[in-house]
Amino acid sequence: MKLRVRNLIILVFVSVTIYGMLLMIAELPPYGMPDNPVHNEVSVRYINEALEETGVLNMVTSIVLDYRAYDTMFETIVLFTAVLAVVITVRASNGKEKGK
Amino acid sequence: MKDFILKRIASIVLPFICIYGFYVIFHGHVSPGGSFAGGIIVGLSFIAFSTIYGIEKGRKKLPEKVLVYAESYGTLWYGILGLVGIVKGVPFLANKLAGIDMGAPGALNSGGLISLIGIGVGIRVASTMVTLFFTMMEEEK
Repeated sequence: MKLRVRNLIILVFVSVTIYGMLLMIAELPPYGMPDNPVHNEVSVRYINEALEETGVLNMVTSIVLDYRAYDTMFETIVLFTAVLAVVITVRASNGKEKGK
Repeated sequence: MKDFILKRIASIVLPFICIYGFYVIFHGHVSPGGSFAGGIIVGLSFIAFSTIYGIEKGRKKLPEKVLVYAESYGTLWYGILGLVGIVKGVPFLANKLAGIDMGAPGALNSGGLISLIGIGVGIRVASTMVTLFFTMMEEEK
């Protein structure tokens, strides 16, 4: 009985969340339209000024390693953490088997 | 694997794949590609070597100590280059603001810090691939 009540509460919460998300999706502008708010002055600035401001021909590199340098830096730290986690997990489980 | 033909072909092709990966890393700012793609190619060449010649020979090519150093100092290298901006009195990771010579667009030494950062990121990605592969293969034993 208790389990059923809990399931009912969860169902209500999930329904309300999904309803809210669907409402938000309905408010989104149509995909790929030229007057969407995504197509603002940022991309124009990159296209026009990237060569002058960074001196790099490859625009993707100029964005990844100069305009968005913080992002790439923490991306490398994420890679470091991932490798650390895998190595620690695998080594620990190997050691346990040897200890037995 | 004990296939003779596979080993001979790999010994001819793999060095070129590795050098091509370094080419992609070093030319990430003047041609298509970049440090992430180049790092993957370098890592893949070592992974292919260890798959064909056996994991022990692959480990001899890239000892664990080298991998650990590449892992940790590749990450630190980025932060050290970011400090150049702070030393010059401008924000962290600043490039043109720090007054570094940008060079002629299209030259190998253009872009100030970007090419140096790219080398660090490329080595970082390659060592990540190889470390993950070696660790996973260790588990199989």
